[in-house]
Amino acid sequence: MHYLKQIGSYFLMVVEMFRKPTKWSVMRRLILKDIDDLIIGSIGIVSFIAFFVGGVITIQTALNIDNPLIPKSLVGFATRQSIILEFAPTFISIIMAGKVGSFITSSIGTMRVTEQIDALEVMGINSINYLVFPKFIALTLYPFIISIAMFLGIMGGLAACVFGGYSTYEDFITGVQLDFIPFHIVYAFIKTFVFAFILATVPSFHGYFMKGGALEVGQASTTSFVWTSVTIILLNYVLTQILLS
Amino acid sequence: MIEVKDLQKSFGDTKVLKGITTTFETGKTNLIIGQSGSGKTVFLKCLLGLFNYEEGSIAYDGSIFAKLSEDEKRNMRAKIGMVFQGSALFDSMTIAENVMFPLRMFTKQSKSEMRDRVDTVLNRVNLSDAHNKMPSEASGGMQKRVAIARAIVNNPKYLFCDEPNSGLDPKTSMVIDNLIQEITQEYNITTVINSHDMNSVMEIGEKIIFLKNGLKEWEGSKHNIFKTENEAVTDFVYSSNLFKKVRSVYIENDSKKTH
Repeated sequence: MHYLKQIGSYFLMVVEMFRKPTKWSVMRRLILKDIDDLIIGSIGIVSFIAFFVGGVITIQTALNIDNPLIPKSLVGFATRQSIILEFAPTFISIIMAGKVGSFITSSIGTMRVTEQIDALEVMGINSINYLVFPKFIALTLYPFIISIAMFLGIMGGLAACVFGGYSTYEDFITGVQLDFIPFHIVYAFIKTFVFAFILATVPSFHGYFMKGGALEVGQASTTSFVWTSVTIILLNYVLTQILLS
Repeated sequence: MIEVKDLQKSFGDTKVLKGITTTFETGKTNLIIGQSGSGKTVFLKCLLGLFNYEEGSIAYDGSIFAKLSEDEKRNMRAKIGMVFQGSALFDSMTIAENVMFPLRMFTKQSKSEMRDRVDTVLNRVNLSDAHNKMPSEASGGMQKRVAIARAIVNNPKYLFCDEPNSGLDPKTSMVIDNLIQEITQEYNITTVINSHDMNSVMEIGEKIIFLKNGLKEWEGSKHNIFKTENEAVTDFVYSSNLFKKVRSVYIENDSKKTH
């Protein structure tokens, strides 16, 4: 019953997010700030993780292919498929649930604890629109981060493959270009947009409706990470079933 | 003027406000006092429209808030200034940006007009050189004054303060009290203060409402409170020896005057 109530409150919050919009001149500044905090601020860590995990995927694939009948180009092919289909959209989203999600929950939760949200409400401002909508708009640029992750993941794989001596540059590039299906990119970006929505709204929900003090802000951040991850994993399954099966 | 009639509010099975009827007058500092758990904060939040209530009505200059349309409620809220207990300043904005915020949200003023207005109100609260400081760099007293500046920047008709002196030293409390009273008279606004501070009661309580167990137990002015025989009020207000002494001196002087 409690979970049903929570889910209901979440959807009401989502509806409220699109109602009574904040003045555009104010909203523009909020969006730019959130783009800086959520998107620009995540590029570094996402690039670092993507590059090295791309390398690890390549090494593990190469080490598991010891049959001389299997062409060496398969390493590049497997790396590309793993990164584009799962690693970049899903794995990076789980990382973002920790980085961006915790940030959103704790910043909104702190505003709740320090009565800043009450101050907005007293002024007649739709606080949900004011706080959540700019994050949602900022995270529509999330596919940009995922594109970087895809590119750097494959580059990391290429570097690990060539410098580790698992296959040649030419074999890897041949594998990356092998049997390329453009719809896989569409599939990855559809998932990315859905996850961006989850990343903006689920942590906001946990921050906005939290009760208590500083300790509860920390607890809300943890709960938010768990539920954002669970939602992403479940939706990943549902979308894969719908789009690829 | 704010008129409250038979206001009732419950949380689950617990009735917190059991039918409060009172009037908050324009141009006066109206104080709500009472012990913790008496319903003061809930009452204030009902007045502000942050809590819905089950029974009764709240009318701002004749307009019953609950019956207003969403747009009318929004316009009404733009006429309300609020000073929160913890100041509730937006910590991502400078002091000047905090004060300018209601102007940016609700007016079509140019940037220079807004800057002039911010300068005026920050001067009014004696913070003329604090524009670029962040709230975290300001002391508790300064934060309260910024909160007052933000509350009055858009020329409100109603000013609400939730324990404006909490956490402040007696001298700064006095400064804040006097500032609120001066602003109330200067702008002719209806001010409602939720307070525990007996100094405030004695200094600026032009109208005092004493709540007990969700009911209005007593109301009067700071002069009446010295003479009241209401046991609940005297237990609460004169719980310290200092205020008992103040009361006895007041009554003594008053009886000398009458004789």
